[in-house]
Amino acid sequence: MSSRCRNASVVALATMFVALAAGCDRERREYRSAPESGPTTRPRLTDFQPGTPTTEIAGGTGVRYEGNAFHISQGSRWFRWFNCNGCHGSGGGAMGPALMDDQWRYGGRIDQIHATILDGRPNGMPAWRGKITDQQAWQLAAYVRALSGNVPKSAAPSRREGLSATPPLTRLPAQSPSGTDASSQNPPPQ
Amino acid sequence: MTLGEQAALIDGVRTRLAHLFAWARSIAAILSLGCVLPAAAAEGEWTMPALDYASTRYSPLNEIDVSNVRNLAVEFTFSTGVNRGQEAAPIVVDDTMYIVTPFPNWVYALDLTRPGAPVKWKFDPKAEPAAQGVACCDVVNRGVVYDGGRIFFNTLDGNAIALDAKTGVEQWRVKLGNYQVGETLTMAPLVVKDKVLVGNSGGEFGVRGWLAALDASSGRLAWKAYSTGPDRDMLIGDEFQPYYAADRAKDLGVTTWPPDAWRLGGGTVWGWISYDPELDLIYYGTGNAGPWNAEMRPGDNKWTSGMFARDPDDGQARWAYQFTPHDLFDYDAVNESLLLDLRIGGQLRKVLVRAERDGFVYVMDRATGQVLSADAFVHVNAILRVDLKTGRPQYNPEKKPTTGRTTRNICPAAPGAKDWNPAAYSKRTGLIYIPHNNLCMDWSPTEVSYIAGTPYLGVDAKYYAGPGGHRGLFTAWDPVARRAAWQVEEDLPVWSGALATAGDLVFYGTMDGWFKALDARSGKLLWQFKMDSGIIGQPVSYRGADGRQYVAVLSGVGGWAGAIVVANLDPRDETAGGGFVNAVKDLKQRTSPGGTLYVFALPQR
Repeated sequence: MSSRCRNASVVALATMFVALAAGCDRERREYRSAPESGPTTRPRLTDFQPGTPTTEIAGGTGVRYEGNAFHISQGSRWFRWFNCNGCHGSGGGAMGPALMDDQWRYGGRIDQIHATILDGRPNGMPAWRGKITDQQAWQLAAYVRALSGNVPKSAAPSRREGLSATPPLTRLPAQSPSGTDASSQNPPPQ
Repeated sequence: MTLGEQAALIDGVRTRLAHLFAWARSIAAILSLGCVLPAAAAEGEWTMPALDYASTRYSPLNEIDVSNVRNLAVEFTFSTGVNRGQEAAPIVVDDTMYIVTPFPNWVYALDLTRPGAPVKWKFDPKAEPAAQGVACCDVVNRGVVYDGGRIFFNTLDGNAIALDAKTGVEQWRVKLGNYQVGETLTMAPLVVKDKVLVGNSGGEFGVRGWLAALDASSGRLAWKAYSTGPDRDMLIGDEFQPYYAADRAKDLGVTTWPPDAWRLGGGTVWGWISYDPELDLIYYGTGNAGPWNAEMRPGDNKWTSGMFARDPDDGQARWAYQFTPHDLFDYDAVNESLLLDLRIGGQLRKVLVRAERDGFVYVMDRATGQVLSADAFVHVNAILRVDLKTGRPQYNPEKKPTTGRTTRNICPAAPGAKDWNPAAYSKRTGLIYIPHNNLCMDWSPTEVSYIAGTPYLGVDAKYYAGPGGHRGLFTAWDPVARRAAWQVEEDLPVWSGALATAGDLVFYGTMDGWFKALDARSGKLLWQFKMDSGIIGQPVSYRGADGRQYVAVLSGVGGWAGAIVVANLDPRDETAGGGFVNAVKDLKQRTSPGGTLYVFALPQR
């Protein structure tokens, strides 16, 4: 075996290993969430701060959910089971805002979406804290992220339940999670 | 023209206007001296959204007519400050105009005796913002009503409120709806014999429908009649005499449902009420059955998608009828009942006429509840015919939806051949002017769980244009000949109300903002004006303080049909907005949100 060939097989092996490892992560099924370690901070809804800006350290929990096919698939089930689809359609919105676009009233990062689900928001989003588990909220948040194309292709469910109303999630263009605030275009009256 | 010349000109106009208004005021003062007793509704006023108890929306004013309507021009405008769907009718009493906005449900009183109609007072009910989350079809309000010196209206978060019409001071407020379970109030109340009639909205949330009567002076509850459940809850007693024998059994509101499903069964009362003072009966319809997935509620589901005739004093039901038993397609039956006396079969009959969501115009004997005729006014394939012997519709078995399967090309779509937006009737032409839709749909039921405060639907749906490709129609219907006299095709669904006048004109608006006047006899377009936003409001006509005839309407797209614009829904999802977004994908390009009152008159000579 020439050294070039050996090099190539090492690269191939390494690639396979990386792919496998990623695959494991994608496939890993956690049936309960690990207890949160360390102090958790509430996600900020704005980058604007008085004085010297400080960086926000997002907890690692969201990352575990975002790339995981099992969690996203669970989220898509909860999305219908808890009637989220009644208000948000298949992502295009109805009584509630669209989730597949690039507009986020209360932030489009997974930890912000998780907080919106559990805390509720004043113009009609109910607070689900105490009604669903923390893990379900993370899984829902991961699915909501996927609705705007913010999902690795390997982890996105390619098939929808019900009427195929939108392009498959694997084919949706990813929308910016820090997009404009929909409510600024049409401020909800207070 | 130089600036100076312009200023001089404007000054001149101003002086002339001031003279004119001084003159008008003195005339008004003389008139008001002569009028000691507060008249019920002087000619030229518009005290309730439907104008009269018969719900005709027929203005007796004829200064604006087919010969001069082309000169109609804007007299003044007013911004409501709320850019959501404006479904309300402006109400005009005693030279004051009253309008209510969508949530936050502000009420304005505008002084029509002064140039530009400045605000007399504004009332903010401080409605709860969370209620916006359970408003199925935009955060609309369909209007205030005036009676005996008071303005009555409802708020989205469930309050019925009475204001002093002169000062705008709150006289009473009654919490009737609980938005925590999805119950809101969007309808315009009706006052009959010192009782304020109010019904609930929320048929998409497993809410149980009711109509309540409140004492006009105190707000105290006089009676409350549910649309489902045991007879005693529905105020069905000894006087109940439905026309069809099958409707006469006991507790049908319980026995036509799976156990306890009537508690979540819908039948909300969010539409229009009419009143016949001679028969002393009120008429109103009930909304869709809940959930939308009909397989989850086997049975006739009484009395959803139907109507009641009741005694206004005690609420006791006299008769009831179900347009679509076991509602398959979200066919609410809340549309207006036009109370007309028509010569049918050589005999003058007291009838009520309803253009229903299911696509049929029903002509019914309003004393007995007998269906005299039911004719399709748009392409219908969901129902084959209405059996006049039994009063039951015959559903098309090919269009019967099944859980887990998509049934395609069902006509009309869920918003119906005609939704809430009211028709008008001209006493001169004998025609009913129906603003409506031409939509079909795909309907895919799924299982759904009831979670209080969340939608209880169980259907993925998408709507699209019916045969011909146009999504709206404006139909002049002859209720005696039982056919359309003429019809105008509209590209977009017609979501505004209609107004007929003694000048042989009919008015309506389009969702891209054209306000139109048509010849009531031929349907010929005589005048149109482009507004800042789509029109889904109810046009009215009144005599101003200066004696001239005015036409007023609110522009401001929204409602179920316009939610794509005001709620910025994403048209890439065909099921967005309950399926409506798919039918109006182009609407964001055609119009933008607004909320403006427009008032028109003929230019002064």
